[in-house]
Amino acid sequence: MSDDEPVRDAGFDDWLDALGDGDPYFLECEHGHGSLPPRRVCPEPGCDSTDLEKRSLPETGRIESVTVVSVATPAFEADAPFALAVADFGPVSLTGQVRGIESEDAEIGTTVSLELATPGSETVDRAVAFRPR
Amino acid sequence: MSEVRVAGVGLTPFGNSPERTGRDLFAEATIAAFEDASVPREDIEEVLYGNFMGEIAEHQGHQGPLMADAAGVDAPATRYEAACASSATAVRDAVARIRSGQADVLLVGGAERMSNLGTGGATEALAIAADDLWEVRAGMTFPAAYALMAEAYFETYGGDSEDLAHVAVKNHANAVENDYAQYQREITVEDVLEAPRVATPLGLYDSCPISDGASALVLVSESYADRKGLDASVAITGSGQGGDRMALQDRETMARTPAASEASEKAYDDAGIGPEEVGVAEVHDCFTIAEVLAIEAIGLASEGEGIAAAREGRTTVEGEVPVNLSGGLKAKGHPVGATGVSQLAELTKLLRGDHPHGDRVEDADVGVAHNAGGTVASAVVHVLEVVA
Ligand SMILES: [Zn+2]
Repeated sequence: MSDDEPVRDAGFDDWLDALGDGDPYFLECEHGHGSLPPRRVCPEPGCDSTDLEKRSLPETGRIESVTVVSVATPAFEADAPFALAVADFGPVSLTGQVRGIESEDAEIGTTVSLELATPGSETVDRAVAFRPR
Repeated sequence: MSEVRVAGVGLTPFGNSPERTGRDLFAEATIAAFEDASVPREDIEEVLYGNFMGEIAEHQGHQGPLMADAAGVDAPATRYEAACASSATAVRDAVARIRSGQADVLLVGGAERMSNLGTGGATEALAIAADDLWEVRAGMTFPAAYALMAEAYFETYGGDSEDLAHVAVKNHANAVENDYAQYQREITVEDVLEAPRVATPLGLYDSCPISDGASALVLVSESYADRKGLDASVAITGSGQGGDRMALQDRETMARTPAASEASEKAYDDAGIGPEEVGVAEVHDCFTIAEVLAIEAIGLASEGEGIAAAREGRTTVEGEVPVNLSGGLKAKGHPVGATGVSQLAELTKLLRGDHPHGDRVEDADVGVAHNAGGTVASAVVHVLEVVA
């Protein structure tokens, strides 16, 4: 490995790859609890399962909460102001920017789909994002 | 079990001192604590020190021995890190050590240098308290996380920005006479509502400032205090910690902070009291919404009622249980590693009666401190009581 090549985060970057390929997934234990990689043990209290299988993520989610961020971290400064939301996809929830809509129009309850966004940053080349459906 | 007494407290003024090193800040706080305690440095058996972003702000790891050295103490030293709850976790360990008889005299404290990073740098540094992969890399900031909690709270229980503004107004008013506070000036509801937004619904005046500062306590066993004839009338009688999933997205709801409920239940149990006995509280108001969530979690307001507490005057200096008489993180400042211990320092002075607001809570003999890390994935609650 060369020193200037960025090192991937196994599990997480594989998940972003899958999102980019249009096939995002979550991990499911035999009791139906959802979680996200990298993950070896089901995080549900008392479950203890280590048998986690990849399953396709439902195509749409619901915005659970949303804010318009004006003061961003340096990696996202070029995007600000932007809407940032937590959206519930059923087995798991995700955090991401809401795109394709005026940022102040993103609301709790809005149905969104997932996409891989390229923020206007130098340090983050791709990120989880949502698009209203 | 040995009772844990607060022999002395020390603070630096919190504020903007970008050129001052962490070691210099901590030294100042410990000088004040030793003076207050009348305990010789050579009696310290261990140093327990909280700090969050030392690697980023000062390129300095392994801060325990560095800080013991700065304090003029020759004793083993360990750094504790739990984001903004770092120094409260150090206190928890100190309490356990003294109670078990492993130690009689401990120096506990914390420090943070932040303003040298600038606003962007400090925002980035604070963000590492969130899940880097699933939150920060999606654009999360610390204010954004609390903004998401505020919106979820409004959706679940109602309330608005004006309710939150009253929290900021109250805490600024409380800080006016506190010479350790970063902002010793009053603000109005209009000031808060008209300030630029950081992350909606939270604006600049809903947010604690970026602060430099340090705090220290000398904690001793009851037997040491008696043997040395110390004037140590306040005891730490309850200590509890709670935890939650790291990322907001993984929690059942963003409108409550169960880790803080867990911490307070354990701390009240430990002290053998209930929330109704609390006469004064310092809670972790890194943002106005955080105070609302905190007072509900620790039983000072019922679920959904915390939002109106400041507006209705229930938590003001004239209220039933005054909250954040120090000015809170909001107006006193929030050098994150110093905050947990600074809350206990302020409460100790309030209970002893040597705080600017001491007369206002003359009848109070039980105080509670709530210190939270990240978006309350860590929470620590301590109960202080006047025992002598
Ligand atoms: Zn499971």
